[in-house]
Amino acid sequence: MEIKILFTILISTIFINNYVLSRILGLCPFLGVSQKLETATGMGFAVIFVMTMASFFTYVIYKYVLFPLDITYLRTISFIIIIASLVQLVEMVIEKFSPDLYQSLGIFLPLITTNCAVLGVAVLNIDSGFVTADLGLLKTLVQGFGAGVGFTIALVLMAGIRERLELADIPPNLKGFPLSFIIAGLLALAFLGFSGMKI
Amino acid sequence: MNRLNDVTKGIWEKNPILVLGIGLCPTLAVTTSVSNALWMTLATSFVLIGSNILVSLIKNFVPSHIRIAIFITIIASFVTIVELTLKGFQPEVYKSLGIFIPLIVVNCIILGRAEEFASKNTVFRSILDAIGMGLGFGLTLTVLAFFRETLGANKLFGYTLIPGMKPALAMILAPGAFFTLGLMLWAMNAIKSRKKDKANGN
Repeated sequence: MEIKILFTILISTIFINNYVLSRILGLCPFLGVSQKLETATGMGFAVIFVMTMASFFTYVIYKYVLFPLDITYLRTISFIIIIASLVQLVEMVIEKFSPDLYQSLGIFLPLITTNCAVLGVAVLNIDSGFVTADLGLLKTLVQGFGAGVGFTIALVLMAGIRERLELADIPPNLKGFPLSFIIAGLLALAFLGFSGMKI
Repeated sequence: MNRLNDVTKGIWEKNPILVLGIGLCPTLAVTTSVSNALWMTLATSFVLIGSNILVSLIKNFVPSHIRIAIFITIIASFVTIVELTLKGFQPEVYKSLGIFIPLIVVNCIILGRAEEFASKNTVFRSILDAIGMGLGFGLTLTVLAFFRETLGANKLFGYTLIPGMKPALAMILAPGAFFTLGLMLWAMNAIKSRKKDKANGN
């Protein structure tokens, strides 16, 4: 029974409530790092990792520190500090193990801190009432992981399309951001189809 | 003249959303109705003005290698003020803006202005800059919300426009947000390139 609930959370965060295309979160990296498929994949994995870790730590801090001490109004401040430190960690790990990826991700790695999808998933975990629910920690982890996977899928799809558009003949005024938004709109329209899915 | 430019540059020439392309998530997500857009503008402008003032006041004491952490903490404090105020006095608004209130923290416009303008300029100029950026942000949001609310819900400020007409639901959902902003950016590019052509005498 519990497995079924976890699976439902996973599918719904990846497809039905896709963080980028349905909730409209995390657009800066979605538009900024989607020019090349390779960078998009790297960024995607970094985000999956950060989101899962951030979900874990924010949940633990909220449940065992902020909630018992009745200082939940510090939620926003403490969450952003946790996420910033995590991103710093990921940055150091990637720099050590894959300098190429580090080079190509460039400025966008520290920007995961200001990726609103990461803070968004942390806040949504709390708002979904997982703090008091059974198996709350497991649900939180699944939701964080699913959000990251959903983000990666959207990013990779977008990068694939944009790579092909490089060679297309596009009206000059439509180049760049305007066209990206229209593509994103079409992708979102396609993902709207998932909202009818029953699980 | 110079001071006036501090305000007006935020509206057109350096419009945070249409030109710099930052602060997109709240822009697209909360523009399902004009009143949401206006509340979001108010909240964001408050945080922007507050953080710009504070950052500009302490700019000489902050060690440069930890400045981002300090700026983020300042911004998060102002966001908490907004969050609690709205929760207490405007629970309806708080509910409809939802998670996008805490997410003001990660609105790149605010950190961007703190880093790029307030940490280098006087308090007075930083306030003007914040007002200009707030106006630019607000105008874009309002235009976007106007199109989405009228087309997607057949309403304006909650009043039905044409009774009996079925609205295009997709406009109020995520796809409509992307399409509307895409078309707005296209229009803006077209206006700019036409101006450029005129200036070149073609």
